[in-house]
Amino acid sequence: MNAPVQMRKPKETGVPDNKKFLHPVLAKNFGDWKYHDRPRPGVLHHVAHSGDQVWSVRAGTQRQMDVYTIRTLCDIADKFAEGRVRFTIRSNIEYIVSDEKKVAPLIAELEKHGFPVGGTGNSITMIAHTQGWLHCDIPGTDASGVVKALMDELIDEFKREEMPNRVHLSTSCCEINCGGQADLAIIVQHTKPPVINHDLVANVCERPAVVARCPVAAIRPAMVNGKPSLEIDETKCMCCGACYPPCPPMQINDPENSKLAIWVGGKNSNARGKPTFMKMVAAGLPNNPPRWPEVGAVVKNILTVYKEDARPWERLADWIDRIGWPRFFEKTGLPFTKYLIDDWRGSRYNLNASTHIRF
Amino acid sequence: MAKKMHNTPNLDELEKGEWPSFVTGLKRLAKDKDIAVDLLGQLEASYKTRKGFWKGGTVGVFGYGGGVIPRFTELKNADGTPQFKDAAEFHTLRVMPPPGMHYDTATLRQFCDIWERHGSGLIAFHGQSGDIMFQGCTTENVQKAFDEFNEMGFDLGGAGPAVRTSMSCVGAARCEQSCYNEAQAHRAVLNTFLDDLHRPSLPYKFKFKFSGCPNDCMNAIQRADMAVIGTWRDNIRTDEALAKTWFAKHGMDELVNDVVARCPTKTFQVKEIGKIKKGEHISSVKVSDTHAVEIDNQDCVRCMHCINVMTGALAPGKDKGASVLVGGKSHLKIGGLMGTVVIPFMKLDTEEEVEVLVDFAQRTIDFFAENALEHERTGEMIERIGLSNFLDAMEIEVDPAMINSPRMNPYVRTDGWDDEVAKIKAKKQA
Repeated sequence: MNAPVQMRKPKETGVPDNKKFLHPVLAKNFGDWKYHDRPRPGVLHHVAHSGDQVWSVRAGTQRQMDVYTIRTLCDIADKFAEGRVRFTIRSNIEYIVSDEKKVAPLIAELEKHGFPVGGTGNSITMIAHTQGWLHCDIPGTDASGVVKALMDELIDEFKREEMPNRVHLSTSCCEINCGGQADLAIIVQHTKPPVINHDLVANVCERPAVVARCPVAAIRPAMVNGKPSLEIDETKCMCCGACYPPCPPMQINDPENSKLAIWVGGKNSNARGKPTFMKMVAAGLPNNPPRWPEVGAVVKNILTVYKEDARPWERLADWIDRIGWPRFFEKTGLPFTKYLIDDWRGSRYNLNASTHIRF
Repeated sequence: MAKKMHNTPNLDELEKGEWPSFVTGLKRLAKDKDIAVDLLGQLEASYKTRKGFWKGGTVGVFGYGGGVIPRFTELKNADGTPQFKDAAEFHTLRVMPPPGMHYDTATLRQFCDIWERHGSGLIAFHGQSGDIMFQGCTTENVQKAFDEFNEMGFDLGGAGPAVRTSMSCVGAARCEQSCYNEAQAHRAVLNTFLDDLHRPSLPYKFKFKFSGCPNDCMNAIQRADMAVIGTWRDNIRTDEALAKTWFAKHGMDELVNDVVARCPTKTFQVKEIGKIKKGEHISSVKVSDTHAVEIDNQDCVRCMHCINVMTGALAPGKDKGASVLVGGKSHLKIGGLMGTVVIPFMKLDTEEEVEVLVDFAQRTIDFFAENALEHERTGEMIERIGLSNFLDAMEIEVDPAMINSPRMNPYVRTDGWDDEVAKIKAKKQA
């Protein structure tokens, strides 16, 4: 008998303390900051009650980074920023310097290495994105490629602060929407029910769990070709794809019929109005790699109209609140179809129960 | 030197343009690593066919049940061998970040060295739940890579029906709007649930997120089962020098149109100095020799807008803490839910006060574990049983701050009304 292999027991250390990673001026003034301003796009200037000041320079990254890119970012931090960096929730990197004189050369160095400086204030910042074809097991499209293609189009607005208010975008490769709520989101929208491989269902899927997963109770157990499987009531199915993760033989992804939809008006912040969910405003866009030009055109159009028409501090949702949905569709030229009228639970709250109508 | 590159005409298109290209990064890795060569091959196949080719499986590290996302290729030749054999296994290790996602370069370089030795060299900062994602590892190397990350003081994140990795904002480290020590609360809560994080056994995932103020930079309200969002109870603070500086730069039009008109409760007013009210709930500050702003803080909902516009001139009060909202999640299965208020305000200044939050989190997770259906999120569970029942179980008093409005239908049995009123009266007198 072989001797048992000694495995290393994990050290369940959990979330590490961040104190040793903080820039020394941040550690010194922890919890005692007074105000900030933005001397230029991509730079935040924070002033502490002690009088200490720091400048944070923000730059865009590709999120999925090779070790060489990360080492380059580290070299820049070692040269300018006392060897410290932090990342934002949208995968931007921030360098913190306590000497204003370092700001300009730091920006020059970042730009020299191809990292755009910006993403602060009323800019279009980096797109929150998911995994897509690169690593997800259920993706309808790619994530990093969509983001790269869109950010190439939007990079000028990343580097400027000329939008009415901040603009957050997200992309999601299936209707689970891992990318989350955003001012503008691009999400896969399937248009056909799953195609079932009945030879595999019995061996791969826990059938009662799959039945329970369907939001519209369209899936039921069935014997197909003498094998226990599942069948779908296609008149009920709204093609959400919720059955696909627990049951991969129920293939929902389709190169032609998995389309992309555009959603607008999500906001997580409590500033002004309460947080809002985004609303679907366009669907049926083709999933067209490697650059998804049809999606890019709709996104740019909406953002251009918003930029021209919204008042200062109006997020996309605030702007639409003011101009109303009829004017939104008119100004953007997007067709308002019957599919945009909500019929899910609580949908009556999304109907206009008033005579408040703009003409 | 790695093997020969595959043709990748689609991905090559993504090397054009000004934004940093992940394809260029992958190609650089592919100079030395066969796994990156074949990853590019498989990704190009996805771009050609518009299909994904990864399937899950079971890969982990000794002692844990989650934290590794297994990926095996589904692109096979006729004889069943993988078309891209060097990326046939391409697992991800999820590693929890420090609060606020601060790093020193020594740590990042060490990550890179470890991942160059054991993985593909591809790292995402960060995934949507906040994890550092070390992408692309063979089954054999997962344990080796984890052991080295773990020795550095880093630990795996959550996956599956488990407590998930959390995020907190830059917060008190650099932000004047911070209303509690986000990093302390983040660690105190998460590190209480490491067993539930590393060994998935809940009905479904459970996420915590920590934002220092109602701007909610961590998107906690929308994507956390429990959102801890900083706020304050006393009056907005003011600074006359900064208020005058702001006004000198921006003027009356912007003050009226961008601040007064955008106050959601219209409690923010601009007045001639002589007409400013005085009182215990009034904040006021002169913006010029003739005009001042006046805020009746009892009508303020702490939305942050005026503070965002006039940062420094206005600031959150000193009696800070957090609101706790429960039940946020995305679409599946019943539709998107925002978290709703369960604790309108709690202090988080001392370790004892943070312990109260940890205790509430513990009781919520215990209740969730016992009462949620399989694959049901906390928000869906509360929708099914009603908020009152959840509050009862948590031993939390009802509070009108928890609702938009009282009920709009009579479909409720109210024969316990008198008892409830008596309880509230007794409590008031006590």
